[in-house]
Formats: sequence, C-alpha cells, structure tokens
Amino acid sequence: MLTRAERRRGIGWGLLSLIGIGLFVGIAIVALLSFDAGNTQSRLFTAYTGRILRFTLLQAVLSTLLSVVFALPVALALARRPRFPGRVWVIRLMALPMGLPVLIGALGLIGIWGRQGVMNSLLLKLGLEQPVSIYGLSGILLAHVFFNLPLAARLLLAALERLPAEYWLLSSSLGMKPFSVFRFIEWPAARRVIPGIAGLIFMLCATSFTLVLVLGGGPAATTLEVAIYQSLRFDFDPPRAIALSLLQIGITALILIAISLFPAPDDSGITAGRATRRFDGRTWPARLWDTCAILLATAFLVLPLASIAAAGVHANLWNLATSPAFLRAAWTSFVIALSAGLLAVLTSLAIIAGRGAVADMKRAGGTARTFSISLGGMSSLVLLVPPVVLGTGWFLMLRPFGDVARFAPALVAIINMLMALPFVMRVLAPALETHRKRTARLSASLGLSDFSRAWRIDLPVLAKPLLTALSFAMALSLGDLGAVALFGSSELTTLPWLVYSRLSSYRTDDADGLALILGIICLALTMIGTAGRREAGHG
Amino acid sequence: MRGTILSIVAAAAALSFSAPAEAQEKTLTVYTYESFISDWGPGPKVKETFEKTCACKLNFVGVADGVALLTRLKLEGKGTDADIALGLDTNLISEAKATGLFEPHGLDASAAKVPGNYSDDTFIPYDYGHFAVVYDTQTMKNPPRSLKELVNGDPAQKIAIEDPRTSTPGLGLLLWVKSVYGDKAPEAWAKLRKRVLTVTPGWSEAYGLFTKGEVPMVFSYTTSPAYHMVEEKTDRYQAASFSEGHYIQIEVAGMLKGTGDKDLAKQFLKFMVSPAFQDIIPTTNWMMPAANTSQPLPDAFNKLVQPSKTFLMGSDEVARNRQAWIDEWLTAMSMN
Repeated sequence: MLTRAERRRGIGWGLLSLIGIGLFVGIAIVALLSFDAGNTQSRLFTAYTGRILRFTLLQAVLSTLLSVVFALPVALALARRPRFPGRVWVIRLMALPMGLPVLIGALGLIGIWGRQGVMNSLLLKLGLEQPVSIYGLSGILLAHVFFNLPLAARLLLAALERLPAEYWLLSSSLGMKPFSVFRFIEWPAARRVIPGIAGLIFMLCATSFTLVLVLGGGPAATTLEVAIYQSLRFDFDPPRAIALSLLQIGITALILIAISLFPAPDDSGITAGRATRRFDGRTWPARLWDTCAILLATAFLVLPLASIAAAGVHANLWNLATSPAFLRAAWTSFVIALSAGLLAVLTSLAIIAGRGAVADMKRAGGTARTFSISLGGMSSLVLLVPPVVLGTGWFLMLRPFGDVARFAPALVAIINMLMALPFVMRVLAPALETHRKRTARLSASLGLSDFSRAWRIDLPVLAKPLLTALSFAMALSLGDLGAVALFGSSELTTLPWLVYSRLSSYRTDDADGLALILGIICLALTMIGTAGRREAGHG
Repeated sequence: MRGTILSIVAAAAALSFSAPAEAQEKTLTVYTYESFISDWGPGPKVKETFEKTCACKLNFVGVADGVALLTRLKLEGKGTDADIALGLDTNLISEAKATGLFEPHGLDASAAKVPGNYSDDTFIPYDYGHFAVVYDTQTMKNPPRSLKELVNGDPAQKIAIEDPRTSTPGLGLLLWVKSVYGDKAPEAWAKLRKRVLTVTPGWSEAYGLFTKGEVPMVFSYTTSPAYHMVEEKTDRYQAASFSEGHYIQIEVAGMLKGTGDKDLAKQFLKFMVSPAFQDIIPTTNWMMPAANTSQPLPDAFNKLVQPSKTFLMGSDEVARNRQAWIDEWLTAMSMN
C-alpha cells in the first residue's frame, strides 16, 4: 500500500536506527573487552552461576504471570467503565511506580506489607500474632507485581480502547452475553498485545537488582544482574561481566522467542472513528465485579504510594524544593528525561517505519524478513544490556577525548532512551499499525503529501499515544539511578541520585521529602500523558 | 533528520552542564566519594579551609563510593586527572597499589594515629570507624553483647546487613566474622542467617530499613549514634559493644604518580592530618578523626562504644582470600 519511495524511506529509517543502536551497544562492548584488566577469573559458569540463573528465571516467570493475570480484569473493568468516578486518576497513578526510584518504591511497600507495616498491624489487631514476613520470593513477587501490574493494565487498556466503536454497537444489538463479549471481542484484542507485554515485564523482572536484594532476604535470591554488577564494579573483571551479560541476553531471548510464537490474531477492524460507547456490563453483578477489581487494584497501588507520601510530608518540603541542590538536580533530570523521551519516541517511529515497510512488501525476501525481525528483537533486547556495561564501555571509549563529565549527560540520556525504547514501542507500534490500516487507502487515494498526511490525518489520532509514550519514557528516565551512578560526579546530579545521596548521609527525612516531590513530578508528567483521555470518554 | 536532532540534543545537554571555564592559579583535583562532598559532608569546609592556605583551587570529583573510586582510577589509568584519591579503605589498598598508579608520599605521617597502629608508605589515614551493630532501644531491650550472642540469639529479632559482593560494610562484617570464628565462619553464618531479615546492596538501604522501624538492628558503625545524638538530639539509637572486639574501617588517601604538582599534593596530605582538617571530620563525615583535633570532640562522641580490641586484616590477605570467603558466605547463606 506504500509507494516505492515511502517503502525505501521506511527501510532507510529502520536501518539507521538498527545501525545506530547496534553501534552504541557494540562499541561499548568492544571498548570493555579490549581493556586489559589483568585479573580475569577463569571459571565463568560455576554451580553458583547455574543457581542464580535458575532463580532469575523462576522469579521472572512468576512475576510476569502474576502481573498479567491480575492486570487483565483491571484493564477489562476500566475499559468497560469509561465514567468510573476518578477513573482518569487511577490511570494516572498507574504510571507512578515506574517513575519512582526502586528503593523508594520498596520502602513504600515495606511501609504497608513489611514486618511493622500496616497489614501486619491489622493482623495483630485481629489477634493473629506472628508477623507475616514478605522477605524472600514472596516479597520479590509482591514488588514486581506492584511495579508491573499497572504497566500491564495500562497497555491492555490501550489495546481495548483501540477497538472500533462499532464492535460495541454490534455486540449490543446482537444481545451478546458478557462471556461472549469477552471471548469474541475483548480476549482477541488482549491476546494480540499480551505476548509483547509479558515479554517486556519478563525482561524487567529478569534484570531486577535492588528490589531482589532488598526484599529477597539473602543471597539465595540473586539475579544475574547482581553478578554482572559485582564483576564490573567490585571485581572489575570486564570479560566476566560481558560473558554474564551475553548469558542473560541469550537465555532471555530464547524465552522471548518462545513467547512470540503464540499466534497473534490480526484484528484491526474498519471503523468510522466514532467515539466509543459501551452498552454491556449494565447488570449489578458486572458492576460489582468491575468496581471490586478497580478498587482492589487501586488500593494495592495507592497504599504504598500513600506510605511514601506520609513519610515525605514530615520533611521541610518548601526548603527542600527551593534549595539550590534540588533545583539543579531537577533541571538536570528534566533535560535528560526530555532528551531521552524524545529520542525514544523518534527511534521507535523509525523502527516502526522500517518494519512497516517490510510488512508492506508483496514478496519480502529472507533479507527483508531478517531485517524486520532484528528490528523488533533489538528494540526489546536492549533492555537486557546492563547499563553498567554500556556506561563503563563508553567511559573507556570517550576518556581519550577529554573529561567524560562533559559527555555524561548525553550518554545517560542515550542509555535511558534505550531502556525506554521497549516501553515506547509497546505503546506506539499497535497504535500506529491500527491507524495505518484504517487510513492507508484513504490517504493514498487522496494523494496527500507526506506533510499534510502527517499533519491532518496522523497527528490528531496519534497525539494521544505519542504523548503517552513520551510521558512513559520520561517517567522511566526520571526514576532511573543506574545510568547516572556510573558517571555520578558533582557535575551530574539527578533527582534519584540526590535522594540516594541524602540517604547515604543519614538524612532520611530529606530523602523521604525528595521522594515525595519526585512522585509529584511524575504524576504531573502522567497527567500530560493522559491528556485527551477525557474527550475519548464523552460522546 | 534524526541525526541532526540527536546532535542538537547532545549539544544542548553538553552546553547546559559544562562547567564554567577554569583559569587562574594551580588546581588540585581530588577524587573522592559522593557523600564526602555533599552539602553536609566535609567537602565544602575542607575546600574553603585549604584554599585559604594554598593559593590554589581545590577541585573535588565525587563517585558513588570507595569501590567506585578505585574502579574509576583503573578505568582512567595513567591519564587520570586525579592528583589525590581520598576515600579508599584499607581493604582496597592492596588492589590500589597493584594498579601502579600511586606514589609513596614520603611524608612523616606519624600525626595520624589509628587503633591497630596502621601505617603505610603510600596511603595516609584521615578517619576511621569501628563497625558495630546499631540497635533501636525502643524495640530492643537486651542487645547482643558479643558477636557470639548476635549469632546465637533469638531468630525473631532481626538484623539488616549489607552484601559483601556490593558494599564495603558488607565486606567488613564478613571479615569480622572470619576474624572471630576463623574456619568455623560458615557455621556461624548458617546460624546468623536465621536472624538476617535481609541483605541489602549497600549501607543506605539497610540503614533506611532500620530508621523506618522495619528492623531493630542494622550493621553500621559505632559512630552512627553520634549523628542521631548531635543532629536529632535523640539517644534512641545505640551501638552494641561486642566483647570480642570490633572490626575497623580505616579511610585513607594517597597521591597519584601522574600528579602535575607533587608539592601541592603533599601539602594537601599534610593538611589532611592537621587539626584544621580533622576538626571538620567528626560532625560531617560521622567518623572518628585519625589525628589530633584542636578542640575536644562533641560530648556525644564520648558516649560512643569504645572497642576493647580492634580487628584488622592485612590488605594483602583480604585481596588474596576475598573471593573464596565470599563464595563461602554465599554457600552458607543460601542453604535451606
């Protein structure tokens, strides 16, 4: 359906991003490998490596299953109830956990589920004595569900909201029962995005570091990421770090391939683009079920956040927010997050254009298909390259060209961009694909130029997913500590770094206050990301 | 077009962060850890005081911690900008010397006196602290009085410790247990494991859990209570005195071979063990000064635990055995 020029351009963009990202990762690895550290440990794959590999996979599989299984009813309920009181705030809150530094999230969870937390005090009041301990696998799973259920729910909700309004009209006039609606409309839509969502969550959980250590209860709970970090930061053994990284990427890639083998039905129907109105779920049991699903998920999400906020208000917020250190860090964080977010959106568009061009070919050869698959694979797998490897590699690479502190902000932004890429792809790819299918014939027949097509046809529809993607990426970058910690110096202080720095000099109150402010900033970001949702709700 | 945007973003980012142009007199660059140069750390005062006497500019570069500091030097190699590295601890010294980047200071460093009489031709101590179990007096009425009591105590009373794979206090506890138990260390760990609520990647996480009331004991320093007494006016948090003695962490600084101005670097090292520098340390870095201060320490410091005996393993011994002992720890801590 694309013209030859469009196809060529699409492939060009895709190729450019493939080469760009490939070079960025490749150069870091080559730089690290060519560095003579002189103390390589010969034994790479010991029984210990085998054990942590097993644990990494076990916790990641369980976390993924739980997150997706619990997210589904929440997303279904939210999609069915466009006028649920406070709905837009529930959706906004869902983007918050991602923007929090992991340790802050963990402390919030501990405030609720910990030994001295709200839940245990409740149990105590009910006469149950033994405090229930979350430390161990259960704590890791709890934390991973806290961070990833909202992500899964939001992506599922987006998929459900993309369904043509005609489906609901039709299902209502056919008098379809709730189960039929689920089976013929909702489930096919969800099934199309679940492999992608599950893959993303799996990667996030497989590379989890701080959460696993803090809530894992001991070194029996260790991920490969911890071993990679140790071998680079403590032992300074680059070959071992890279071998472990490759192991992490290889094994996870196998699992992602397995996930992607689930058949995904193609279901983007033709629509006149009218506003969605739902006619189903008007019965009492349905209302009750949906209300419970939304309220439970909200409580699960809000309680730890409230515990963070409650700790934060003790601090002298005004003084904190007006201190030069905070203002400097906030500006740094903002510039980095915005650069990372914009880069991630642009790169995703380029990758999607590349894949779209290949998909459009009538007879795509082996090369073209490989190209398309590598684009898709790369945009996911970058999440698995440990930031510590990228950062150290680039440090070595740029060192001869002067003070690395000068390059550090750009490097951190690019590393954050790579981390955000898989998220942004999950938001943009389905939205763009649906949109293209609906408008391709029309645009072609109207003979619109690229610019007026982008301006008149694409932007009005795609503004929402673009903003959502941007706010996702920015929140992610705002909460990230990993990349900054590598270069961390007095010249480059971001908000999470500031929080950690306060914690490491006994200033717990300040850290709590800063965490609260960071949370508020993320909330403001997600308000931008959910802007325009309101119109979608009304007729 | 994407390329252009990328370079604009990069350029904008670089512009908005580049430091103001330097000019004027001599500069001394000191690599250290981040909390040393934070607003309440010793850094700002040290800079002010030293610059008054040296007709130079003191430039701090802060990285995450002592380990990151050594890694940074290894990465930069001979081309490093650092004149002084400040903030390694004695466990890292052997590895630091093996890089060949440091030069013996050739100074009379006898002003620095630390327990165990540590002295070295390349590194000079500037402060020290004994590791200790810090407990919450509100929830812990009978704190352990020895490492043995800690190991054998009630498993329902938990402690948060740090991971020796990722943090220096974690390594400190590992060496302490090794010093007291020797070959029996794995058995001790297997018992202690039942009291360990969790093992955190660094000191901050463990201490955060402790001050949030999640756990009644944490592995920290004898000097931690001083912070709470001086800054928060509370003696709720106390360190437990262990009858076997305490393992010590000594923080040191050394001069790099590549320094442009050896005299200036030596001047700084001498300054470091003078009262002007040492006065700043206790209430900013919350460690014990390694040399004389001009005034007595704040009263809170007199109330701290005074260890009867100090444990310190040689840096070479630690470097040789660290991996084996960590493996031993991993096995003991992972058993079910």
